[in-house]
Amino acid sequence: MLSMSKVSCECGHINPEGTEICESCGKPLQHENKQVLNMRYEGVARRSQTYNKSIVDKIWNFFSSVKVGVWIIVLTLLASSLGTIFPQELFIPPNVDPAAHYAQEYGVAGKVYYTLGFHNLYGSWWYMGLIAALGTSLIIASIDRVVPLYRALKTQRVTRHTGFMKRQRLYGTSQPENVDETMAEAKELLKSKRYNIREENGNLVAEKNRFSRWGPYVNHLGLIIFLLGAMLRFFPGMYVDENVWVRDGETVVLPGTDGEYYLENEEFVLELYDEEDERFVESMARTSDPVVETFQTNAVLYEREQGDTIGVDGELTRIDEHPIEVNDPLTFDNFSVYQVDYKLNEFSDMSFELTNRETDEAVGQIDIDLFDPEDTYELDDGYAVDIHSYFPDFFFTDDGDPSTRSSVPDNPAFIFEMSGPDLEEPEISFVGIQQNMDVNGDNQYGMNFADLDTNHVTALTVRKDLTLPFLIVGGSIFMIGLIQGSYWAHRRIWLQRGEDGSVHLAGHTNKNWQSLKRDFEALSNQTELQVPADQIEEKEKKEEAEKENETSSRNEKE
Amino acid sequence: MAALSETLLLIAFFSYFASTILFAVSLTGKKWRNKEGDMSGNRWGTFGYTVAIIGFLFAMGYFFTRWAAAGHPPVSNMFEYTAFLGITLTLGFIVIYAIYKSNVLGLFTMPIAMLIIAYASIFPREVEPLIPALQSYWLHIHVITTAIGQGILAVSFVAGLVYLIRVIDTSKEQKNKQTFFLEFIMYCLASVLAFVVVSNAFNLAGFESEFNYVNELGEEAEITYNLPPVFGPHEGEVADENQMDALITMPDWVESEDLNTVFWSLASGLVLYGLLRLIFRKRLSYALKPVLKGVSPDKADEVSYRAIAIGFPIFTLGGLIFAMIWAQIAWTRFWGWDPKEVWALITFLFYAAYLHLRLSRGWHGAPSAWLAVIGFAIIMFNLIFVNLVIAGLHSYA
Ligand code: HEM
Repeated sequence: MLSMSKVSCECGHINPEGTEICESCGKPLQHENKQVLNMRYEGVARRSQTYNKSIVDKIWNFFSSVKVGVWIIVLTLLASSLGTIFPQELFIPPNVDPAAHYAQEYGVAGKVYYTLGFHNLYGSWWYMGLIAALGTSLIIASIDRVVPLYRALKTQRVTRHTGFMKRQRLYGTSQPENVDETMAEAKELLKSKRYNIREENGNLVAEKNRFSRWGPYVNHLGLIIFLLGAMLRFFPGMYVDENVWVRDGETVVLPGTDGEYYLENEEFVLELYDEEDERFVESMARTSDPVVETFQTNAVLYEREQGDTIGVDGELTRIDEHPIEVNDPLTFDNFSVYQVDYKLNEFSDMSFELTNRETDEAVGQIDIDLFDPEDTYELDDGYAVDIHSYFPDFFFTDDGDPSTRSSVPDNPAFIFEMSGPDLEEPEISFVGIQQNMDVNGDNQYGMNFADLDTNHVTALTVRKDLTLPFLIVGGSIFMIGLIQGSYWAHRRIWLQRGEDGSVHLAGHTNKNWQSLKRDFEALSNQTELQVPADQIEEKEKKEEAEKENETSSRNEKE
Repeated sequence: MAALSETLLLIAFFSYFASTILFAVSLTGKKWRNKEGDMSGNRWGTFGYTVAIIGFLFAMGYFFTRWAAAGHPPVSNMFEYTAFLGITLTLGFIVIYAIYKSNVLGLFTMPIAMLIIAYASIFPREVEPLIPALQSYWLHIHVITTAIGQGILAVSFVAGLVYLIRVIDTSKEQKNKQTFFLEFIMYCLASVLAFVVVSNAFNLAGFESEFNYVNELGEEAEITYNLPPVFGPHEGEVADENQMDALITMPDWVESEDLNTVFWSLASGLVLYGLLRLIFRKRLSYALKPVLKGVSPDKADEVSYRAIAIGFPIFTLGGLIFAMIWAQIAWTRFWGWDPKEVWALITFLFYAAYLHLRLSRGWHGAPSAWLAVIGFAIIMFNLIFVNLVIAGLHSYA
């Protein structure tokens, strides 16, 4: 708790310890001799400016300092820029070794980049640490200021101490002939400029847009909610991000949905821009590649009947259908299924003929499903073909052995074992695309390529992100606060009667002084009041003139 | 329709030119007397402002006719986006002038807007079809809002520049960091102008040099230069004898065509800057000083701040929030640490730092003005360098 040594002012108001300007009448309580008052937080007592003993005080003061806040922002900025020097790990080809990739592509610099962990910068502990410090600073700095500021703005009285008036940046006195009339005119004018007027003993304060003072705190609150929302992603169940490839006509279980949802790809459709389209002829003539206009998956969504155990094919109920396009996902039950990629004409089925090499006569044909080949294909008359080995994406290893890169049939190859009534031993043949060889050298039978079927494949991303509502709320609050604090300024104009029939004028705004001055100019045009002096500007002008005098006198001497 | 839109942009460009002249007259021409016979400035500034608005309306004419011709808002390649940024800069000026009536701001903003639009013209100008990810109205909302925000933020750069030229003593005797960097800004502006002129000149003349060369993978490749090849590609040979051969051949790891472009922009800038120095016989920032004699530094400082206060929320809305909405729909996630996104975040953080620094007095005036200059440099870096060099998802080229 805060300690209780209060500061009482001559006006009778009791201020909290550390107050610089009386919350009620505005009498300066500290720094008696300073020229213009520091009005940023109305001279209120802030915890960070008052206590500095315990460790909690020290942490509090550290994070509430704007200087520290700016450092955190700048460090985050610099750190973020480091991550764009070379691509992040996310963006390099998926099947390469990152260590080798960075060294190979970017030389020594790339090696250093990788060793320092910059290839995964935005997920690093120290980047997260910066963001955490930013959040902490936002919370502490805001609480430190908003509570006392709120109280001070609520407590302020109309009549102000002369010490307060004189030490405002805009201050002046006028000697109107008729004070009452002038004050009344001024009041009307300020009202027409949409100031709220409060009066007390013939004195007046005109105030507007006080709500804009809460702008920074509202936007900070929005940011805090946003950052917390972003953190929620790391809780299980909040976030799903899965990829799935679906072939034309195929139905697959949607990953990440606990086997609850299935999706059928009825047809994948790709459309190219018409090269004759007169809008684009010129630009399309510059490249020879066709430009894709749309690609979409005509999808049907199924839900598995309740009660069925996972892994067992339960009854599927059709619940929705939707053409999924880029920018137009299929959405259901917090999930969205997005179109992300495709592959045209992927091999799906291959047919071969078992042929007698001497007579060139075909014994029979086998059709192989490249995704699910059978072990043995029986043919008529006792002939059979066994698949000894299958390499969906065939290549020779460095040792010269056949092998496969993946299970996707981009370059299928087979080792067949052919047997039949006229063969004592099964014959072995290796068949791939544009390769066909006997393994032993003198085969009687061969496998001849007969036919190839292809299929389009669509790539979809299944995404669930339950953090989005938090981000939307945080982002909206942030924007509201930002607009509130940026597009309005809190202005106050004090008009106070002096003892000798004069009127004291003072003005304060938290920003945009030129605009406040224009209000005073309007006041002086319409009433007998004179525009108050800008004490800071005058001081600066004086300094500039002095400097110029110095240089010119120096020049004269030379 | 497409031809009409080009004409409208050209008219807008010349309106901005006329507006510049009017603003120049307003600052240097004779003062007018008002009814009471006092010297009270003149009306040339109001004329300049009116012509600027007319120019902006023509630019809008360009924008909507091209939209109609292409079937999508013209903000989807380098030419379209850069030209639009020049237009939003004038929009920002129109807004700020309405508040502060600053003629000197007009004198500086209009030529810089023209420079940006002219720079846009060196990129291919044909209407391009949109790939599927870009066919989203959220994308268009995002890009348009971002450009408006950046245009207004750019006004703060112009006002900051006015402030710096006004207050910094750039006479010959002064040699310090501030005079150096201020003069460096002058050189950069000259260099953009010179580069635009040179590129357009060679373009009009139909200059081309086609090379067969060996690229860094050791493969044969072809490349076309649109500027005379001072730096040619690795083992490059001109395809056609009548075309100009390279002066110097580069090793294979150098992007020789980019290097050539950089060389031309720096060199032509030096020539133009040198000529101007010869004419004025003093620093360019010093030569401009007399025009700014009547400018109040305090007001210039406030204009620069105000432009950021107005532009920052709009930039944030367009460059971060709308960007996230679009990314969520088109790329399945609202944020992906793509270089362009990161640089938008950096811009956001930079201006946030600026706003917080302004909370303390010591950062008003010159430090603020320099920050406004750096902010604009970040925006341009994001537009040019990140787009053309660190190509990410958003890459237009
Ligand atoms: C990226 C993060 C941040 C953003 C976007 C942000 C945004 C803002 C904005 C727009 C303002 C209003 C400025 C003006 O109107 O001139 C503001 C004020 C302020 N910010 Fe932040 N801020 C951030 C981080 C911080 C941090 C880390 C601190 C910690 C010290 C902080 C402390 C303050 C203070 C003390 C004010 C002045 C409040 C007032 O005038 O009543 N901000 N902030």
